[in-house]
Amino acid sequence: MNEQFNGSELVVKALTELDVDYIFGYPGGSVLDLYDALFAQDDIEHILVRHEQAATHMADGYARSTGKTGVVLATSGPGATNCVTGIATAYMDSIPMVVLSGQVPSNLIGDDAFQETDIVGCSRPIVKHSFNCRDAQQIPTVLAKAFYLASSGRPGPVVVELPKDILNPQLKYAYEMPARIDMRTYNPSSKGHSRQIKKAVDAILGAKRLVVYSGGGIILSNTSEQLTELVETLNAPITNTLMGLGGISGTHPNFVGMLGMHGSLEANKAMANADVILALGARFDDRVTNNVKKFCPNATIVHVDVDPTSISKTIQAHIPVVGSLETVLSQLQSAIEKSALRIDRAAQESWWQQITAWREQRCLAYDTQNTVIKPQTVIEKLYEVTQGNAYISSDVGQHQMFAAQYYPFKNPRQWINSGGLGTMGFGLPAAMGVKVAYPEADVVCVTGDGSIQMNIQELSTCLQYGLNVKIVSLNNRSLGMVRQWQDMMYGGRHSSSYMESLPDFVALAESYGHIGIRVDHPDELDDALARAFSITDRLVFLDIRVDENEHVYPMQIKLGAIDDMWLKKGVKA
Amino acid sequence: MRRILSILLENEPGALSRIVGLFSQRAYNIDSLTVGTTDDTTLSRITITTQGDDRVVEQITKQVNKLVDVLKIIDLTDSSHIERELLLVKVFAGNEQTRASVTRVTDVFGGMILDMGKRSYTVQLASSSDKIASFLDMLRHESDIIEVVRSGTVGIGRGDKALKG
Repeated sequence: MNEQFNGSELVVKALTELDVDYIFGYPGGSVLDLYDALFAQDDIEHILVRHEQAATHMADGYARSTGKTGVVLATSGPGATNCVTGIATAYMDSIPMVVLSGQVPSNLIGDDAFQETDIVGCSRPIVKHSFNCRDAQQIPTVLAKAFYLASSGRPGPVVVELPKDILNPQLKYAYEMPARIDMRTYNPSSKGHSRQIKKAVDAILGAKRLVVYSGGGIILSNTSEQLTELVETLNAPITNTLMGLGGISGTHPNFVGMLGMHGSLEANKAMANADVILALGARFDDRVTNNVKKFCPNATIVHVDVDPTSISKTIQAHIPVVGSLETVLSQLQSAIEKSALRIDRAAQESWWQQITAWREQRCLAYDTQNTVIKPQTVIEKLYEVTQGNAYISSDVGQHQMFAAQYYPFKNPRQWINSGGLGTMGFGLPAAMGVKVAYPEADVVCVTGDGSIQMNIQELSTCLQYGLNVKIVSLNNRSLGMVRQWQDMMYGGRHSSSYMESLPDFVALAESYGHIGIRVDHPDELDDALARAFSITDRLVFLDIRVDENEHVYPMQIKLGAIDDMWLKKGVKA
Repeated sequence: MRRILSILLENEPGALSRIVGLFSQRAYNIDSLTVGTTDDTTLSRITITTQGDDRVVEQITKQVNKLVDVLKIIDLTDSSHIERELLLVKVFAGNEQTRASVTRVTDVFGGMILDMGKRSYTVQLASSSDKIASFLDMLRHESDIIEVVRSGTVGIGRGDKALKG
């Protein structure tokens, strides 16, 4: 007779076979049998968080940095609902994640039982798919499907609900994992249509002012090298979205910076004046396009995406190509090499001259003086002290944009940030997830005094597991980006953007067993950073008092064209 | 413009709510919706009537197609197709004159009287939505409508072409 397992053991065995190394979670009544099964094994390490939202962000940071699927375990009811923000964050940025949620026993479902919520219903708009697992024998199959869906095609979060009774240790079953997953309703496309590829290549090689616009899809599909090769073959200017930073090295000569709301002048100008835009794994988000009615009116848009719904959603594509970037990029590369058409090098030369002229306006220059610390300076010095090698997670706000603008990311997966949902509280747990994956690397959470307080309880988890991340808090005693908008669009009326009664962050970090360093003056910054990065065996919290009046520039002018921008206070491009 | 969409999807718990949820979440309106299983018991078929220009319908079909439970979606509007909706209507029929006129109108529209009460008739009509609307208008002239229930539209393409799993 074959070996028999209870439902909880089936979960653990399936997860092991699915190559899961870490689970981020928090126990509770409905999943105690599963926790008992986890206790009895050594293949999977469970990381106990202090709040389930942080578990989802940790799994997310782990997934973003490694490319593997992040795994979360939460109990029914409040445990599951606490995951919602993290699931939505992963959904908006297409991050592979599987959330295992407990549920009350099957016979109590629908009775408003203790700690019951319909988590499949609650999460329906923010998942790629979800499963109500109702039969213990189905556990391995359901989990295999969940992992396959989460990580293939356009990745995303998948929720699996496990009622307590199917995890019951008394009932035993055979372990049956399907050899392969075959779903008749799910067949993500990989190869781009050959006629569309030909049209795309004709447009690209016929361009006089080509721009490559690449997004998070490049990172998710591990096609950074292919992208760089294509850009070099074409000698095209390339811009990355916030999600796509590191898709090509931030110091590559063809890189013209991030585009969009706080993008560089040269990137937005290049887009606005392009005659052909090659969009790769980017979705024309409203934080990129500004007013869609005024978006790049003279450009032929070639749009490559694995998800057909992203194509022509906000901006009509002239040449849509549906397929995986890995396949389509190699199709494009070989079709370009075989094509009889030749790039108009003279036109390209004058296009580059134009771009150089925009670059020379040095849109990221800022006023430096010696009395207050400028947030931009902190990021520049952070780049120096880490030699550009750190994983940087960010929260959401001004500090996020400063990090994106002033830290040139060399590699994909080095920049970990909540782009689509803009989740404050993401930074610290995401950095922890990265640190779990890469314990030896420098992992920095760039945050602010507002964001860090949204998941600050995780300092406790950091202590328990020795997750020695560096927290660089650009403390401006306010909700900086809110305040900036209030300055620019609400006549300077700072409604609820001022953080009164901030904690003493140094004392707070120390109370959790970490090291806190306060930096008040520009003269202290170099030493503080050097000291922080010389400490590798402890978490360091740098509370840096920065100029509270600083704004993030450049900034698109509301409802304008993509290149209608403020360059600094009161100065338009 | 009015559109009629047919969707084949896995007959799984929650599959319908994913479709309906997608419509509300993306701010698309549903005018009518009908669901039932097909000859393949693992598949359900949904017919949705909605409003939208080509761009909206393209997004709706793409978004619906993206749902993991969905096997196929087609827009029946532009091709030759048959549409039917079922109407059950209870009307006042308390005197000879209204009984006669309700019977006459029902005959003209090809309806069927299913039930009689002391003071009412219950009538069935299976027809296109606009014909049902004119039937109701006509009944309103002849009598007082007490209760109306409509099934929502179902549709199928004409000829040999079929939407199958």
